[in-house]
Amino acid sequence: MSTIVLLTMTGLGLGALYFLVASGLSLIFGLMDVLNFAHGALLSIGAYGTWWAASGHLPGAGPGGAGFVLAVLFGTAVGTVAAVLLELAVVRPLYTRPREQVLATVGVGLAVPALLSGIWGSDARTFPGPKALSGTFGLLGAQVPVNRLVLVAAAVVVLVALRLFLGRTRHGLVVRAGVEDRAMVTALGIDVRKAFTLVFAIGGCAAALGGALGGLYFGSVDPRQGTSLLIFAFVVVVTGGMGSVTGAAVASVVIGLVQQFANYYTAAGLGDLAVVVLLAALLLIRPRGLTGRLA
Amino acid sequence: MSTATETHDRTDGRSQAAPAPPGRSRQLLRWWPAAVLLVLVVAPYSAVPVPGLLDGPLGSAGSLQLIATCLLFGALATGYDLLLGRTGLLSFGHALYFAAGSYATNVFLLEAGLPFAAAAVLGLCFGIALALVLGSVSLRVTGIGFSMVTLAFAQAGSILVSRNPGGVTGGEEGRAAPADLLPSWLVGIDNTANLYWIALAYLVLTLGVVHWAVRSPTGRVWEGIKENERRVEVLGLKPYGFKLTAFVVAGALAALGGIVHLLLTGGSTPQTTTSDFTLSLLVMVVLGGSGTRWGPMVGGILYTWADHRLGDLAGSGAVADLPAVLRVPLSQPLFLLGVLFVAVVHLLPGGLARLPSRLAALRRGGPAEEIPPRKENGNP
Repeated sequence: MSTIVLLTMTGLGLGALYFLVASGLSLIFGLMDVLNFAHGALLSIGAYGTWWAASGHLPGAGPGGAGFVLAVLFGTAVGTVAAVLLELAVVRPLYTRPREQVLATVGVGLAVPALLSGIWGSDARTFPGPKALSGTFGLLGAQVPVNRLVLVAAAVVVLVALRLFLGRTRHGLVVRAGVEDRAMVTALGIDVRKAFTLVFAIGGCAAALGGALGGLYFGSVDPRQGTSLLIFAFVVVVTGGMGSVTGAAVASVVIGLVQQFANYYTAAGLGDLAVVVLLAALLLIRPRGLTGRLA
Repeated sequence: MSTATETHDRTDGRSQAAPAPPGRSRQLLRWWPAAVLLVLVVAPYSAVPVPGLLDGPLGSAGSLQLIATCLLFGALATGYDLLLGRTGLLSFGHALYFAAGSYATNVFLLEAGLPFAAAAVLGLCFGIALALVLGSVSLRVTGIGFSMVTLAFAQAGSILVSRNPGGVTGGEEGRAAPADLLPSWLVGIDNTANLYWIALAYLVLTLGVVHWAVRSPTGRVWEGIKENERRVEVLGLKPYGFKLTAFVVAGALAALGGIVHLLLTGGSTPQTTTSDFTLSLLVMVVLGGSGTRWGPMVGGILYTWADHRLGDLAGSGAVADLPAVLRVPLSQPLFLLGVLFVAVVHLLPGGLARLPSRLAALRRGGPAEEIPPRKENGNP
C-alpha cells in the first residue's frame, strides 16, 4: 500500500511538472500553429535563474524560506521575459510562415542549452532548496517527499488561474477564440498578435516555474533537463488534444502515473517506453486525442 | 495550381537561377554534376593540398574520412527532404531509422555472427519494417501532431538504445563493429578510400532515388499533398498511402545511411538516436534549401564540415584568449549552429539554393522575390 501511495504521489508530481510545460505549449500551439521547440529552453532558463538566485547571487534570495520564494519569483520572471523576447524577436517576424516559426524555435532550442552549458558547465548542479521542502511526510503509511506536494499545488494553482483567465477575462476570450478560429478573430478586427505575445508570456511563465520547481523535484539542474522534459510535454499535448488546457491537465496526470508505475513494476526505463506505447494506442483509437481536438 | 508549379520550377531549375548562357556553353553547363562526380571519384588518387578547408592533402585518410562523412550527411539530408521539402511532412524522428540501420546491422553481425552482406540486408529490412509500422501509426495525425508523434517514437528508440537491453546496444558507450567480421577491404586506415567510395555511392543512389521518385506520378501527388492536402483528398486520392510511401522510402534511405555510417565510423553510437541528431538534419535541409534538387545535399555537406571545423575552432588557442563574453558562446558549436539556423530562417528564406536567384534579382534592381507563405498541412 505504502508503495502505491508513494508511486502515486511521485507520478502526480511528475505529472504536475509535465502540466506546467505542456499548458503553455498547448496554448501556443492552439493559437499560433507553432510547436515551440524553445519551450524546454525557457524551462531551463527558469531553472538556472532560480538556481543562480538561490545560490546567493541575488541580494535577499537564498536557499531557505522567503529567500527561496524570491529566488523562484526571480527565475520565473527571467523565464517570462525570455519568452516575450523570443516571441518579439524570433517568432513574430515570421508571422505569416508557421513552418518557419517552428524552425526558428528549433534554433533557439539548440542554442540556449549550449549557451547554458558554456557558462555553467554541462554537468548537473546541485539545486539549493529550503530544508522544509527536502523532507518527507507520512501519508497512509508512506513517507512522501514534500516537494511532490509543492509541485502538485503549483500545478493546480496554474490550472485554476489559467481557467479563470481564459474563461473570465476579455484577453482570455480573445485567446480562446483565437485557438478555435484565428482567421475569424482577425476578421473581427482584433489584433491576434497581442494575444500571441500574451500567450508566449503565460507559457514562458508556467514553463519557468516548472523549471524552478523541477530543480526541487530532481535535486539538481542541468542544461539538458528542459529538452528531455519537453519531449514528454509534447506527448502530453498530443494526448490531451491540441490547444486544450484541461486536456493537458488530464493527460499530464495519466502520463505521469503510467510512467512511474511502469518504471517501478517493470524494468527501469520501460515507463518511458510505456508512455509512447500509450500514445500510439490512443492515436489508433482516437486520432484527435482525449478531448477530441483536431491534431 | 499554376503558382505552385511556378514555385517548384523556379526552385528546381538550376538553369533559371542565373541568366541563361546561350547555345553550346549552356549545353556543356548542364553536365556539371557529372564533372563534379568525376572529380569526387578520383579524389583519393590526388595529393592536392586544400588549405583552410581540410587539414591534410585531398587523398589523405583524414581528409577522405571527413569528405566521406560530409557526403554521407549530404545524402541523409537529401533523403530527409523527401519528407519535409517534397511531401510537407515535418518528421522529428528520422534519427530512429538511421540508428535502426546502424544498430540492427551491428547486432546481426555481433550476436548472430552473420557475414556483413547478410547483416546489412537484414538491417535494411529491419529499418524498412520499423518505418512501415511507426509511419502507419504516426500518419494518423496530421500537421504538427505528426511531428510530435514521430519525435515521441524516436525518443522511445533513444531510451531503448541507452538502456542497453540484453547488452546488445552497448548503452551510452555504443558498440564497435567487429573488425574481424567485416570484409578486410572495409577495415583499417589503408582502406579509407573504399569507405569513401561507398559514401559517394550512397549519395549518388540517394540523389537518384529522390529525383526519380519526385518525378514519378507518386511524386506529383506528394507535391499536391505538400501544397494542399485537402485538395488531393477532394480529387479522390487518399493522401495516407502516398504519405506512408514517402515515409517508408525516406526511412529506407536513412537505414541505408546508418549502415554506411556504421562502416565509416566503425561502430554505432547512441548520439545518432537522439532528437538533436534529427534536428541537425533539419538544420542541414533548411540551410541548403528545402524542396530543391541540390539544396539539402549542399546544406548537409556544409553543416558537417562546419560542425567539424567549429569543434576545432572551439578548442583553438585563438578562442581561449578571448574575453569571456566572446569565448563562452564561441566555444559551443551547438550555440553557433543554433544561432546560424535562426539567422538562415529569418534572413535567407529558401536557404542557400535560393541565394543565386535572390542575388540575381537584386542585381537587376528589382525587389528580391518573396516566397509565398506556406500553408500548413491539415490546418486549412
